Amino acid sequence: MQKTMYEKIWDAHLVRSSDDEVPILYIDTHLVHEVTSPQAFEGLRLNNRKVRRPDLTFATMDHNVPTTDRSLPIKDLIAAKQMETLAQNCAEFDIPLYDINSPEQGIVHVIGPELGITQPGKTIVCGDSHTSTHGALGALAFGIGTSEIEHVLATQCLLQHKSETFEIRVDGTLPYGVTAKDIILSIIGHIGIDGGNGAVIEYTGSAIRALSIEERMTVCNMSIEAGARAGMIAPDDSTYEYIAGRRFAPKNEAFDDAAEQWKQLPTDDGAEYDRTLILDAADIAPQVTWGTNPGMVTDVTGQVPDPAEMTSSDEKQATKHALEYMDLKPGTPMTDIIVDRVFIGSCTNSRISDLRAAAEVVKGRKVADTVNAMVVPGSQAVKRQAEAEGLHDIFRSAGFEWREAGCSMCLGMNPDTLSPGQRCASTSNRNFEGRQGKGGRTHLVSPQMAAATAVTGHFVDIREFSS
Amino acid sequence: MEAFKEHVGLVVPLDRINVDTDQIIPKQFLKRIERTGFGEFLFYDWRYLENGDPNPDFVLNHPRYAGASILIAGVNFGCGSSREHAPWALQQYGFKAILAPSFADIFRNNCYKNGILPISLPANIITSLGQEAHKTEGYRLMVDLEDQSVVCPDGTVHTFEIGDFEKYCLLNGLDEIGWTLQYETDITAYENRGH
Ligand code: SF4
Repeated sequence: MQKTMYEKIWDAHLVRSSDDEVPILYIDTHLVHEVTSPQAFEGLRLNNRKVRRPDLTFATMDHNVPTTDRSLPIKDLIAAKQMETLAQNCAEFDIPLYDINSPEQGIVHVIGPELGITQPGKTIVCGDSHTSTHGALGALAFGIGTSEIEHVLATQCLLQHKSETFEIRVDGTLPYGVTAKDIILSIIGHIGIDGGNGAVIEYTGSAIRALSIEERMTVCNMSIEAGARAGMIAPDDSTYEYIAGRRFAPKNEAFDDAAEQWKQLPTDDGAEYDRTLILDAADIAPQVTWGTNPGMVTDVTGQVPDPAEMTSSDEKQATKHALEYMDLKPGTPMTDIIVDRVFIGSCTNSRISDLRAAAEVVKGRKVADTVNAMVVPGSQAVKRQAEAEGLHDIFRSAGFEWREAGCSMCLGMNPDTLSPGQRCASTSNRNFEGRQGKGGRTHLVSPQMAAATAVTGHFVDIREFSS
Repeated sequence: MEAFKEHVGLVVPLDRINVDTDQIIPKQFLKRIERTGFGEFLFYDWRYLENGDPNPDFVLNHPRYAGASILIAGVNFGCGSSREHAPWALQQYGFKAILAPSFADIFRNNCYKNGILPISLPANIITSLGQEAHKTEGYRLMVDLEDQSVVCPDGTVHTFEIGDFEKYCLLNGLDEIGWTLQYETDITAYENRGH
């Protein structure tokens, strides 16, 4: 029988399955961070349970960490306590930890692939919804809650129902100035933020194939913003090249053997998906969100929509609410919207290629006087690489702040937040109310668009900006 | 885990679609290392004004809904972050069941693990139940998990779907980890197969 890639990985990880029981799925890799894990470790202790496979578990600190000088003590004592708790838990249960002072520290979804932990065909979970990122390398990766973290720690398994499969095929060539971020934002705009609810999306098509591995991560990362359980892209030569030589990647012959196996993973010809959506890359323009969820998005050449033109009353009301919160008037051209802050970072867009793309735009220019802009690399390794290439100098001399690695203003758990009423062009993944700080207003864009916005002080069509 | 069999409770309608977990429990409250103490921060940014006073316009603050334990909401409730702090906050506030046309995937899972029953019903039924709750002070519903039904004060019954295993877990307050651990030999066998 022909199978999709999801079905192949699923079948290969079934520990137990029968018609009248929920399948037990084996988990190859469990990534852990400081915010969603303390209660899971506590649960283990209360029930006198151990971590079954500390060797398949990796921990880092990312959500809470300050991005300012790491040699200074952490001012937020509750956050510090949470980090300390993770360190204690990792020591107690023998789990490798890349802590705040580690040269490998970074956003969990950036360091997984970077260290070669993320590999095709693996099942990967983490107490974080953007775990879907790892699907870019052909893994089945999804976010779980704290009870499930405890479950995986104790059993290395999860009780899982099989998901629907959803193929999203993007054919053709991306126009100039259009990025992976614009692909995924425009997909979410098309299908809505619950358009993929519970499904496993496989992205296919020539436009997806043409993306680099880092760009594929940007696409898979935001699968959850369409409600999907996971997003994945079949591995190919770019994938194998990306993995080779990384710290936890198989070496020499073992690598060749692994690669042979990985080559079996792509969906068989003739295998059926439950659903398919086909898009043409040529139709995609640079995207900017205008509302309070990632589906509230439009082309940069578009305008803020009018609630009166919405069909359902729920949508009318949601749009009205969103525009009130965002302080925007229907009909305003997106390029007329003025921002106060620019944030380049997050597990969506903080990898070296993102920073290179942003630096390219910024080079020789200055951040507008009215804008406060910052770059937060996704990991210490990305930061080192960027500094080796001199990108930090480009950003700094343009007037950007250059920070230490972490989630930072993607969710503003650390001191990096918007003040009430501030408007931000952000390369992150969520523009929910208050996400970047209470009363803060977030517009999601690509790194190039964020960089250009920092320079002009308002949104610009990157296609015209660079020329 | 807490068991859920049946529940009769006061209904509060939250007339919003796509309520995300950042609204249910904002990030500044995720720094706690305990599983408790989240109820008072539920819907924090909607529930409280800048100065910390309760926002009189927010539905949970209307005196007639004090003590509500059944929440009615719009489509895609619980979207966004996987934080289990969201169901913890709802449960610790006092909610036992949530009725909506649809729920986000991870959130729904997280509810089951905490003895909260997420009930999906067709949008028109949710709308009319919400309208009743607005109209009738003290509007209560009965939720019966065994029968998979929601019973209205006038006797109308709406049935809902739930997975057999989820139902079994909730009815029995099952320790799912214990459940999986009874198959430890299968897990070991899987590991020994060279995976
Ligand atoms: S960068 Fe943002 S979305 Fe990504 S893991 Fe951190 S907080 Fe979550």
